[in-house]
Amino acid sequence: MSAFVKQLKEGLLTNNPILVQLIGMCPTLATSTSLKNGIGMGLAVTFVLMCSNLVISLLRRFIPSKIRIAAYIVIIAGFVTIVDLSLQAWLPDLSASLGMFIPLIVVNCIILARAEAFASKNAPLPSLVDGLSMGLGFTAAISMLSAVRELLGSGTILGIPVFGSGYTPIIMAILPAGGFLLLGILIAIFQHLMNRREKKEASK
Amino acid sequence: MNLTHYFSLSLSAILIENFIFVKFLGCCPFFGVSKKTDTALGMGVAVTFVMTVASAVTNLINTYILKENFAYMRTVAFILVIASLVQFIEMFLMKSMPSLYDSLGIYLPLITTNCAVLGVANLNVSNGYDFISSVIYGFSAGIGFTLAIVLFASVREKLEYADYPKCFTGFPIALVAASLLSIAFMGFQGLKVF
Repeated sequence: MSAFVKQLKEGLLTNNPILVQLIGMCPTLATSTSLKNGIGMGLAVTFVLMCSNLVISLLRRFIPSKIRIAAYIVIIAGFVTIVDLSLQAWLPDLSASLGMFIPLIVVNCIILARAEAFASKNAPLPSLVDGLSMGLGFTAAISMLSAVRELLGSGTILGIPVFGSGYTPIIMAILPAGGFLLLGILIAIFQHLMNRREKKEASK
Repeated sequence: MNLTHYFSLSLSAILIENFIFVKFLGCCPFFGVSKKTDTALGMGVAVTFVMTVASAVTNLINTYILKENFAYMRTVAFILVIASLVQFIEMFLMKSMPSLYDSLGIYLPLITTNCAVLGVANLNVSNGYDFISSVIYGFSAGIGFTLAIVLFASVREKLEYADYPKCFTGFPIALVAASLLSIAFMGFQGLKVF
């Protein structure tokens, strides 16, 4: 149980894919224009990450190491196709607003990185948990960013107006430039908090 | 399909809808290998090359093999083609152009996971481009990528000497710089007259 908590903490905080490892930037920036899109993208990535980690871990003794990357990509592409077609069938609105970034989960560095760094070396259950915790870490970070961008850029949260009718939206926040800027500030705040925590622990 | 069409297509891919600053495609190598101008240029050239060839090959595969019947296989087929294409180009360059191979070095295998390449292949299909338009679009998108990454690398080289809050060290300050460049690229929206 403690191993489970430790893995979860690693994915959410100490080794967060977006805030610490700094990978998977393209979907983070592109789909964080509203909280709904952000959560949708995060959950889609979490699903693919868990499935691919599980399957790759089960097959890790059968995949020859020379062609492992190609094998991983085919496995990942299979699950991404499942997500893509399911979203098109059941959640057409979300599928339309995430657009081409659903098929592009295939080349999301987070998934290949976890396959290579974790699932190819560990048993199925820890790999599944690793996929869950990294996926939730990704979802948490992208949700935070998209909540801020939606709040500033449209004055709403999940489509519900927050500031009342007198608010003039800062359109910049949902434009690409605002995405870069706000993600930069988010990571800077996170780095600041982590530095302070490290200092506190060091002085103890 | 006349010359004006091709011109506006490439202008839009290079400036107005720049892959990095407007479409957010290819951000990983954009931040990863933009610390020096010459490595950024090498990466840009390699990406442009792969994007052009990948656009041509994926267009042919989509028109003659996948058609409408196997549309659900698109993601799997495209990524496999791109991965093997990158491998093939790597072997070809190693044999015939060793000097270019050495200068591109580690960037070539990295291109497989560059989402700009798969992105351009998908965009060609969803926009319904024919063969020549696809190739021109792929090439121009690559030029746009190169332009963005080289501009950004030269900004980052200067950033080394700048004085900014400690918590912005490394990645955050790069994102802020990218944001400013992105504002500059927003100015090109006015070119959408074609």
